[in-house]
Amino acid sequence: MKKLLPYLLLLPTFLIISLFIYWPAAYSLRLSFYRITPLGNRMVFVGIKNFQRLFQNPEYINSIRVTVIYVSSSLIATIFLAFFIALLLNMSLPGNKVFRALIFTPYAISPAIAGVLWSFLLNPVVGHVNYILSKLFGLQIEWLTTKPYALIAVIVATVWKTLPFDIIFYLAGLQDIPQELLEASMVEGANSWIRTWKIVFPLLSPITFYLIIMNLVSFMFSSFAIIDVTTKGGPGNSTTTMIYRLYLDAFAFQKTGPAAAQSVILFIIMAVVTIFYFKFGERRVHYQ
Amino acid sequence: MKRKRSLVIFYEAILILVTIVMALPLFLAITISLQKPEVVFSYPPKFFPTSFYWKNYVEAFKYVPLARLLLNSLIVATLITLGKLATGTLAGFAFSHFNFKGKRVMFAALFATLFLPAETVMILPLFLIMKSFGWVNTYWALTVPFMASATNTFLMRQHFLTIPKELQDAALIDGASYLQFFWKILIPLSRHMLAGASIINFVYAWNMYLWPLIVTMEDKMKTVQVGVKMLMQSESANNWGVIMAGTVVALAPTVIMFLALQNLFVRSLVRSGMKG
Repeated sequence: MKKLLPYLLLLPTFLIISLFIYWPAAYSLRLSFYRITPLGNRMVFVGIKNFQRLFQNPEYINSIRVTVIYVSSSLIATIFLAFFIALLLNMSLPGNKVFRALIFTPYAISPAIAGVLWSFLLNPVVGHVNYILSKLFGLQIEWLTTKPYALIAVIVATVWKTLPFDIIFYLAGLQDIPQELLEASMVEGANSWIRTWKIVFPLLSPITFYLIIMNLVSFMFSSFAIIDVTTKGGPGNSTTTMIYRLYLDAFAFQKTGPAAAQSVILFIIMAVVTIFYFKFGERRVHYQ
Repeated sequence: MKRKRSLVIFYEAILILVTIVMALPLFLAITISLQKPEVVFSYPPKFFPTSFYWKNYVEAFKYVPLARLLLNSLIVATLITLGKLATGTLAGFAFSHFNFKGKRVMFAALFATLFLPAETVMILPLFLIMKSFGWVNTYWALTVPFMASATNTFLMRQHFLTIPKELQDAALIDGASYLQFFWKILIPLSRHMLAGASIINFVYAWNMYLWPLIVTMEDKMKTVQVGVKMLMQSESANNWGVIMAGTVVALAPTVIMFLALQNLFVRSLVRSGMKG
């Protein structure tokens, strides 16, 4: 019994991940080598042609480009803003608890709902953002329907949605740093800003590493919802990321083979991220 | 430690501004959800509620079957949470308290799935598999594939490792079985961990979007996340009062839960991240 027990304990987990992660992954790989007739009744082996076609397809190349811009801008903005806001929240200024609660709230809001909220705020007729912008700078922008504003809008919504998660982690990290060191580096003198970036930020690099990986994964995938609700990948594919392209090809255009190939590519990217995380992530536990 | 007064005021001002920006979308959603249609389109736009027009909420429940969608979300999120906790604690127990052949390999095999969220990366093959199972449009498809995860297993394993080994020895000497030890000692000692993991998992499941969108065809099987998009596309399109009412209903459960349990939430989140 004692010998068998650990396997029995692991059975449910492995049953589920085998059926719903390993099998689909393998199935995806198999499908990616086939062309499937639109009615789905015939499969023709085409080797790596689906992959070759993808990389010759300007729409797919465009989705890679959009993904790179979207992920890197969201990532940089989120990391720096989160660090900065966490510093402020860590200073125990008056009203701190209320500020924290309000600032953290978007964490519990879903990407889809974040999309609805920002569609409203950025709406050119009823939205508040354009009202403020026109009062301050005389700007009137069709955020969700013109380039390059649609992509900027999606990035803004993404950053807003992701910030609380990152702030929570930075705040936890800041609380582990000796208070004297923090105060000394932040408060006095004109150089406090530089010292903060040169002393405190590097001290938190394990957290930054963790957040970069987590944000990367979330921007690659869960932002589908934000994009689907706000721009539907438009205008002119300018917000069609790789996951949105996959969704369109798989479910709107029924291009099963090419879509499976796209799944495999995303799968490989995530495998690389996982290996990277495994190799370099070990050190991050040292100050826990 | 005294700070310069002007500096404190400066920091405070920035913090207030940040707070306003972060909270504004939610605040305005509530405001707009309570406005009469003609007020929504008035210029300049209103920043504070001028009326309590509850009809938007009534309308939202009419345009889409919101009550049913809420129930679906509740069922789906609860089942996924329970499933993840069950599989996670069992597997975590195996990895923390047993030595067995193939342990390292199985651990690595699980680790490999860490960043492979099935509900997005593998939507296409997963969808085809659901079709062959005949699960499309059912709670099975919405829940079962997500009832196990590497994250939960690792979290539980890490936690169980912090519980002294002597407890197990003592329990076994007293004649308890491994499962009794697990159920009567390990689980009760992990209440806080389980509570934290539950709310994180619940929020995650409640907020899923892409998978429910494609695997449900009939309105009555959809979740409330898909419902907000349906509201934006329904005949109420541009009727932002109604859309915002539906949105507030959809976000209320997780936001209220978060505000009420913020400390527990934040602690568990950080713990799960740091010890991953």
